Amino acid sequence: MKPITRLHSRTAVLPDENIDTDRIIPARFLTTTERAGLGKLCFNDWRYQADGSDNPAFPLNQPQARGCSILVAGRNFGCGSSREHAPWALLDYGIQAVLCSEIADIFRNNALKNGLLAIVLDEAEHRWLLEHPGIELSIDVKEQVIALPDGGHIRFQLEPFARHCLLNGVDQLGYLQHHADAITAYEQRVEKAA
Amino acid sequence: MAKTLFEKVWDAHVVAPESTDTPAILYIDLHLVHEVTSPQAFSELRERGLKLRRPDRMLATLDHSTPTLPPGADGERPYANAEAKAQVSQLETNCREFGVELHGWNSSDRGIVHVFGPELGATQPGMTIVCGDSHTSTHGAFGALAFGIGTTEVGHVMATQCLLQRKAKTLAIHVDGHLPAGIGAKDLILHIIGEIGVDGGTGYVIEYRGAAIEQLSMEERMTVCNMSIEAGARAGLIAPDETTFAWLKGRPRAPQGAAWDAAVARWKSLRTDDGAEYDREVRIDASKVRPTVTYGTHPGMAIAMDKPVPAARNPQEKRALDYMKAEAGKPMQGTPVDVVFVGSCTNSRLSDLREAAHVLRGRRVADGVRMLVVPGSEAVRRDAEHEGLHHVFTAAGAEWREPGCSMCIAMNGDFAQPGQLVVSTSNRNFEGRQGKGARTVLASPATAAASAVAGRIADPREYMTEVAA
Repeated sequence: MKPITRLHSRTAVLPDENIDTDRIIPARFLTTTERAGLGKLCFNDWRYQADGSDNPAFPLNQPQARGCSILVAGRNFGCGSSREHAPWALLDYGIQAVLCSEIADIFRNNALKNGLLAIVLDEAEHRWLLEHPGIELSIDVKEQVIALPDGGHIRFQLEPFARHCLLNGVDQLGYLQHHADAITAYEQRVEKAA
Repeated sequence: MAKTLFEKVWDAHVVAPESTDTPAILYIDLHLVHEVTSPQAFSELRERGLKLRRPDRMLATLDHSTPTLPPGADGERPYANAEAKAQVSQLETNCREFGVELHGWNSSDRGIVHVFGPELGATQPGMTIVCGDSHTSTHGAFGALAFGIGTTEVGHVMATQCLLQRKAKTLAIHVDGHLPAGIGAKDLILHIIGEIGVDGGTGYVIEYRGAAIEQLSMEERMTVCNMSIEAGARAGLIAPDETTFAWLKGRPRAPQGAAWDAAVARWKSLRTDDGAEYDREVRIDASKVRPTVTYGTHPGMAIAMDKPVPAARNPQEKRALDYMKAEAGKPMQGTPVDVVFVGSCTNSRLSDLREAAHVLRGRRVADGVRMLVVPGSEAVRRDAEHEGLHHVFTAAGAEWREPGCSMCIAMNGDFAQPGQLVVSTSNRNFEGRQGKGARTVLASPATAAASAVAGRIADPREYMTEVAA
């Protein structure tokens, strides 16, 4: 994974609460055996009209939302399934951070492992961001702070290991493999006890 | 120190403890695999030149993308599309190459991953169990710590048999009293999620306990634990007891002989100690549970079918009611039904099919209603056919299919049409979950069957011989 230290973008807002993984990418597209190329299917049934044209009512289809890589979403974003296709699709679509007052556990875990910044904010700050779409934000992963255009700041906290991995591009599988001796020792201990 | 059940299972699997800077390394006893969330992980292993650390701790099946109709005259299975077929064949290839036991098309044990694992006795108390599938929480019914993971983590377990995990908080849900006659585990879990909310369990592992939980059969416990994720919880656990041991005994992968006795002795210690503390506790009165259904587009929007649908409190709830064409102030009971689906890892076991058949016996599915009954596994199918349940379903006008996830996730060609209302025994009523534009009402197998007969959402107690409605 490439190290991620900063992200600067305008925000796009999807105010709905409980945006589930089926809305992020419908299950019928999960027959793929690849990770790549899922961006065109992101929010498929919300984003397109029946004839395949863009749905003008979908907030991310608004001209001012185009090209935004920071998504401010309603509470409990990513609830539902464990499909990692959800963060893969968002990243391929161009979303690199999701800001929310609560993010579903498995989605958050999957997102951070792919370099999608899943950032939990407190409710007042989250509400303010929901009410101010299109503002320029600068996310500093190292300092765990979001700079606002007026000079104000929003602080956030990432799980320390996830943050370390993002900043340094740490390969978590490699990290686990470094513990092979401890894993073997654990297996021997358990097998002896049985 | 007094420990909760979750802490006991967690502590027994810590390879390296967590610190402020690093999560724990947690050992995984059993890794279940299916065709949808594993191909990219196998590819990753291939690219890195890695092998499986413990193929003996993996068990694979085909369930999500598999057709539930038999092969045609040409011997070809009616896959939804070429990609679905390729995905299934990819898992067959991966399992062959990496040495994983696959219960595929030729296995008499193939089934939905959360149905076939317990049936084989692979799911056992005190284990850590993962799968690239959020309904892995099902296996918590046995007192196992079981949870869904993404594909990157599937790769981690394949290569190291371990996961990096932060310890979750604990939530005890005490279910006091008795469920009324004709009310089942599905009504109970929908009621619980309706009470605590679709995100009420986020960050927690739930332990279900109390008299009403102890009275549940193993299959009912699986229904309850299955939907823990629908409240956002990572996992749901129930302490193992005599019901658990009796269910497991003699299953192919369960310990045998002296090893069985030793295992049971060990499993009996898997209970929350007196004085152990949970981070949060909730009490539910089982006697208050009525036939419960969903009225919105997430499982937290659940209500007794005879109670009026609540008014929308925000634009999202308004959108949900509009999508469902549900009317605030009116009960869901009586809503016209287009499709009825009995199946999924929540409700496709033999007892679920018996429950549906009990209502359907000697009756007909209403005109214009399509009903699909999909057993959870080949074993369930065999047992159901041995009892003649398939005749009850087909005589009633329902379709009796081959095992799989089918219309729960609607990626195998079994789906509802836009606008159709589906009374479904599955676990998710998200927009489009059962087909683009389809409207899902989650319900118990008895409610599903009663609604099929009535052509409207109906109280199953009116169709049960032993229950005075």
